[in-house]
Amino acid sequence: MNCTDFLAKLTDYFDGQIDPELLIEVKEHLGSCHHCEVVVDTTRKTIDIYRGHQPYEFPEELSERLRTAVMNRCKASVSK
Amino acid sequence: MAVETQSTTEDLTDLPPEIVATLQAEPPHPDLELVERAKAGDTSAFEQLVRQYERQIFRTAQHITQNREDAEDITQDVFFKAFQKLDQFQGNSKFSTWLVRIAVNESLMRLRKRKTSKTVSMDQDVQTDEGSIPRDFAEWRPNPEQNYSQSELAEILRKTIAGLPPGFRTVFTLRDIENLSTEETAEALGLSVPAVKSRLLRARLQLRERLSRYFRKTKEGSK
Repeated sequence: MNCTDFLAKLTDYFDGQIDPELLIEVKEHLGSCHHCEVVVDTTRKTIDIYRGHQPYEFPEELSERLRTAVMNRCKASVSK
Repeated sequence: MAVETQSTTEDLTDLPPEIVATLQAEPPHPDLELVERAKAGDTSAFEQLVRQYERQIFRTAQHITQNREDAEDITQDVFFKAFQKLDQFQGNSKFSTWLVRIAVNESLMRLRKRKTSKTVSMDQDVQTDEGSIPRDFAEWRPNPEQNYSQSELAEILRKTIAGLPPGFRTVFTLRDIENLSTEETAEALGLSVPAVKSRLLRARLQLRERLSRYFRKTKEGSK
């Protein structure tokens, strides 16, 4: 397996959806290719950082304001 | 306990296949009951659904539009449209996936309105090869995000994801931030599973490449 083959399997590798036989090849490649090892490590960190640190706040005040507005519109549409 | 389980399994083998399938089927998603109550006119049931998914819908809209006011308007519009079209929800997909699909359509429509001279779609800019091949092989510091304050990090993450084409940004948001499965993401976006996988790979690689500027190890070991 070369780097291009490995890259083509990266999404399945992250999602744990890879055939056991292919997984052996993937792991062998990772053990011998430092570049791909770095790509896997830093891509995993990219996903983890985005999952762990929501860049957009959703405060309770906003939640209540939106919910009130939505429900007012819904109730008004029913009573028409 | 193990004996009980075994005897249940053995009992099932004596039943007709259609009955076994019914018994083994997953229990209905709790949202379905709320949806049915809402369809029957119970607005408090619909309010419960809004409460459950408003955060996810707001964040999805903000990631796609990159605009807070648009995200607020879209969140309202999504739930109002969902309320009006509840009868069209047949329960073939999760209610949340159905909502996300409406949110994606509303968000892309908002982007189109903003850029009147330019078409905005899930396919925009995705044909480019940019970022499909890794170029940066620098290792990152351990826990690199800890070198930044919360507000600095939020700014870096916002700026970085804002640079992706909408088609990549949306797939990454649904699959990796909102944790939808690949199949649910495909359904919400009206794309095939292979198309989602391909865009997800390139979105992840492009984000990685851009974040590497901030998080890579330096010779001095500092920021």
